[in-house]
Amino acid sequence: MAQHIVSSFDEELRQLDQLLREMDELSGSMIRRATQALLEADVELAQKVVTDDREVDAKQRDLDDRAVTLIARRQPMAQDLRLVVGTIRMAADIERIGDLAKNIAKRVGAVGQTPISPELSASIQSMSDLVLKQVDAVIEHYVARRPEDLVELRDNDEKIDIFYTSIFRELLTYMMEDPRKITACTHLLFCAKNLERVGDHVTNIAENAYYILTGQQLPVGRPKQDELSRMESTKGS
Amino acid sequence: MMNALREDLTQMNMVVRQLAVDTDLYTLPSTTIRTPDLEPQPVKIKARNVNVFYGEKQAIHDVSIDIPEKAVTAFIGPSGCGKSTFLRCFNRMNDTIEGSRVDGLIELDGRSIIDRSLDVVELRARVGMVFQKPNPFPKSIYENIAYGPRIHGLVRSKADLDEIVERSLRKAGLFDEVKDRLHDTATGLSGGQQQRLCIARAIAVSPEVILMDEPCSALDPIATARVEELIDELRENYTIIIVTHSMQQAARVSQRTAMFHLGNLVEEGPTEKIFTSPEVKRTQDYITGRFG
Repeated sequence: MAQHIVSSFDEELRQLDQLLREMDELSGSMIRRATQALLEADVELAQKVVTDDREVDAKQRDLDDRAVTLIARRQPMAQDLRLVVGTIRMAADIERIGDLAKNIAKRVGAVGQTPISPELSASIQSMSDLVLKQVDAVIEHYVARRPEDLVELRDNDEKIDIFYTSIFRELLTYMMEDPRKITACTHLLFCAKNLERVGDHVTNIAENAYYILTGQQLPVGRPKQDELSRMESTKGS
Repeated sequence: MMNALREDLTQMNMVVRQLAVDTDLYTLPSTTIRTPDLEPQPVKIKARNVNVFYGEKQAIHDVSIDIPEKAVTAFIGPSGCGKSTFLRCFNRMNDTIEGSRVDGLIELDGRSIIDRSLDVVELRARVGMVFQKPNPFPKSIYENIAYGPRIHGLVRSKADLDEIVERSLRKAGLFDEVKDRLHDTATGLSGGQQQRLCIARAIAVSPEVILMDEPCSALDPIATARVEELIDELRENYTIIIVTHSMQQAARVSQRTAMFHLGNLVEEGPTEKIFTSPEVKRTQDYITGRFG
């Protein structure tokens, strides 16, 4: 994309990209550390994640202010307009990712010292790794202006859903085996659900980023596997 | 014998022209990128393969476009791109420039307006024009409006004329501001009022099309807002074409936008499309302020 005649306009757009990247890196790191704290029962680390969320929130407010000022001062058009509006929306999704990481961190104390089976721990770790990869990649593709990679990235969300379904089943089995584990397992289930929700926010971000870069909506979404609700309905019968 | 041949040729020419005009704009071979409206409107002005020359210099290259009826079409583009030149073809204003030549086809309601036999005075009554700088006659407000209807013989009595003056000023949103001083000189009005007076003057002869060549560039933001409000009201009854340097203005007032560059029509389509996701890089670069 060519430079604007007014170079400070380019600088302001670049700052929006920069803030978005910082928010994304921070919330990615919050997810990584929240998972670690959860699996290692590290309450101190969890506390750090909780306080980091304030920084994500502050960055989002800063970004919103800059975006609104930019609209007022520059009256952006076409791709610039899509960029400013889309950045505001992507920042809101990233802020939610931060909240979800904070929510996982808050549960660390509640799960406590309940030993987690190595398989379950491995599943949660793999799910978290995959989610983290998505969080990192989505802004990377966007900042590098690679819309075609965003299509592929969005389709990866299905893998996260598959992880979530298998963790759900596993936790259900534990709870049925030993009712004393219900409290801890319920918290873990919420943690897995939070990771799955992060994946959904990444999907939103990918869709927004694709629209900014191309002016087109992403082709109609992948078919949503609704295995969980099927499981729940067959269980009753 | 020669006469018969000439007549045959004329008829053949007419058939060829008719065929050219009937060609659907969207299948016409052209470098212009076009996006149709979701609900196409009736066409008021058809232009096909229009070329304009000033002496040796070609100012407009093979431009084809449909101007929808009762809608605002904006022409945008950098200075010298030919948008004003093209606008002026629609009421033959280019005739007044020595050495200018227009070829191609331009039809108003299916009738050619390039045809030399056409009565230009009658054409200009149907296709009015408002210019960049307000140019009231150095006469009273009343006389500014009354002049057109009088010379076109649109009125029989003083009462008729009074009514036309009042109606035109009302439509232009100016009546309440000037009703107590209709016989004062028009040059005493503010710039914004003068421009609305010129619009009232254009409306007074009941045109069908109003051409506006940067009508707000000499006005302050409040006067500009009033004129834009007026344009929005006028489109109920008139077909409007506006040339503007303000991208925001084009985005605010028009339903369709046409982007010109170096005498070519680069892209045309629904205004919201042009200003959110234009197809052509040149359009994108121009409207986002990246030109050059």
